[in-house]
Amino acid sequence: MANRLVIKNGRVLDPSTGLDEVSNIYIMGGRVASIKASASDDSPLEEGVEGLDIIDATGKLVTPGLVDIHTHLREPGFEYKETVQSGSQAAAAGGFTTILCMANTEPVNDNQSVTRYITNKAESAPVHVYPIGAVSVGLKGKCLTEMGELKEAGCVAFSDDGMPVQDSGLMRRALEYSAGVGAAVITHAEEPELVRDGVMNEGAVSTRLGLPGIPNAAEDSMIARDIMLAELTGGHLHVAHVSTRGGVELVRAARTRGVNVTAEVAPHHITLTDSSVEGYDTDAKMNPPLRSSADVDALIDGLADGTIGSVATDHAPHSVIEKDVEFATAANGIIGLETAFSLVYGLVLDGKLTLARAVEAMTASPAKAIGLNCGFLRVGGPADIAIIDLGAEWTVEADKIVSKSKNSPYIGAKMKARVERTIVGGKTVFTLSE
Amino acid sequence: MSLTNKNLLGIESLSAEEILLILDTAENFKEVSAREIKKVPTLRGKTIINLFYEPSTRTRTSFEIAAKRMSADAINISVSASSTVKGETIKDTARNLEAMKPDCIVVRHASAGTPDMLAKYVDCTVINAGDGAHEHPSQALLDLMTVKECKGHIDGLKVAIIGDITHSRVARSNIIGFSKLGASVVVTGPRTLIPVGIEELGCTVAKDTVSAIKGADVIMMLRIQLERQGDSFLPSLREYATLWGLDKDKLKAAADDVVILHPGPINRGVEISSDVADGEYSLILEQVTNGVAVRMALFYLLLGGPRESSE
Repeated sequence: MANRLVIKNGRVLDPSTGLDEVSNIYIMGGRVASIKASASDDSPLEEGVEGLDIIDATGKLVTPGLVDIHTHLREPGFEYKETVQSGSQAAAAGGFTTILCMANTEPVNDNQSVTRYITNKAESAPVHVYPIGAVSVGLKGKCLTEMGELKEAGCVAFSDDGMPVQDSGLMRRALEYSAGVGAAVITHAEEPELVRDGVMNEGAVSTRLGLPGIPNAAEDSMIARDIMLAELTGGHLHVAHVSTRGGVELVRAARTRGVNVTAEVAPHHITLTDSSVEGYDTDAKMNPPLRSSADVDALIDGLADGTIGSVATDHAPHSVIEKDVEFATAANGIIGLETAFSLVYGLVLDGKLTLARAVEAMTASPAKAIGLNCGFLRVGGPADIAIIDLGAEWTVEADKIVSKSKNSPYIGAKMKARVERTIVGGKTVFTLSE
Repeated sequence: MSLTNKNLLGIESLSAEEILLILDTAENFKEVSAREIKKVPTLRGKTIINLFYEPSTRTRTSFEIAAKRMSADAINISVSASSTVKGETIKDTARNLEAMKPDCIVVRHASAGTPDMLAKYVDCTVINAGDGAHEHPSQALLDLMTVKECKGHIDGLKVAIIGDITHSRVARSNIIGFSKLGASVVVTGPRTLIPVGIEELGCTVAKDTVSAIKGADVIMMLRIQLERQGDSFLPSLREYATLWGLDKDKLKAAADDVVILHPGPINRGVEISSDVADGEYSLILEQVTNGVAVRMALFYLLLGGPRESSE
């Protein structure tokens, strides 16, 4: 194997440095050795130069490897849905080179031994996997986890995702304590008493379908609370999967007055509305639920202006055992790693986002929100790279999904743009085989 | 003429013409139940499974009697909700039943949309006998039949539906059904029990009982679930009865020849006073009689000759 690699003639786009130019990227020892504009690079880049591997990226987009700060890899405990290995392969197929996995495993990632179990598995995974530790022991919302030790063992943030932290006092202490530890608290904002038995967005569609609804106020009220607590404590609040227009407004106002709050949005919340639930498709059941078109528009605006810094998939694999059941009892969530870039690129094609902002929201922004040293292409930095064919058209097919689970409402949908190759530390971990 | 769809999952998917066809067919079958020998051979050799995931006496019995009067073989399966929690998916249940080659599955389920899901997995006819708060199409059809029998027509009537609209599949199917046939439908009830966007089904919302029933030709009282009392929907049944219950006094606001419907079972003294329930305007028992005729008509139109021979 060659010890040097060059990706030549790709359109290299790195929003973190403002680079957007047809360039050659030289990689050595797993790191970026240099980036030279192709037009002025007169190095001999032909096959046969000794010790040099060449990837021709002519006509392709070359970006920093994508970063997903919100996935569920289900291991330990639910290996029949996904594992660190299978989820990482799905991530690689989606152009991701760094992913974070939530703590709602079985057992919960609320202590060092579970964290180390995950980081052990992650060592042989094709992409970088960093665990997120629980905020409260057992996700029960009663007492704080040992955040210091969890961070020492490899956790990069804290979240009870899937379960809101209902106790305002505990949330306050979590934000204070984690600020001392130096990690963000990621909130799954949803007031349980306003959700009750709700299974979809509350609105005309839920009324017609006869399904109990979840009002926007369930999410808005807890985002408002958590912003106030971040303001009180100075802790870093990261709002997971914002789904409401009210949530966008709250985050925007808080950021304007300098509160330490960041936010993410899931690809499905900016591409689908609650009308996808028609026909009782359990692959359109998720939490927070798909909302109205007014919410979708506000989320896209918030993503475009940076109020919502990041796109994060909330990749939530479930098997048919949880999904081929009555709508009310079906599990929440969809897989998202393999369709994320194409869905966001769809908004670029619609003129709602610039390509640079789309890439930033999937690279530099999420990395910065959590404090990860990735999401950029810089000399000396990690050679984590995605090569994407923006002109490709493809159809999502269940039997070609890499993830162990196939719970996606996009199966059968036509997509634009496809990840062709994913490189982690200079090594190709995924190439499109079609 | 025949029905375009082999399933009946809701009134929403029926055209006005199809609804009228079902009502006319039911009128013809009603006479069978008045005979000495209450049976016609029309559906001999057909197998109908009544798959009930929710306790039901009147609807299940009505479907069973209707099937038997058509000479079909009716099998009742009552499934407690707990046994479905043990891992069998609705898809597995559907495929197992399908393997026994039924011609029709009549399904009731506490979760909205389950009949739609079942219909995706089986080839036989699926009839929705009530799913969560979604639809209860055979109930709306028997209500329409009862009103049409009494009034001669549906179009132009003013229909008031009163009570717990949020949790009522009967309300949804009737709002859709009556409005499709040209009636104007108004609903009312405590604001906690009026779901957002209900107007989009084809009704208006009135602020109180008296304004809803003012000039009404038809009043439909919904059963209030007793367990709503004391949770956040209702402070007390006593107040509910005072504000929303139908009694002789409130009834004065309605048209002189108003008729009163109730899907049953009645909470006497709560949503309807006994004198009104048993009074001259009440069609409650007529609804039950027509329920059998409507279900015979559904079996005939969905399983009998005409649909298949027209294909």
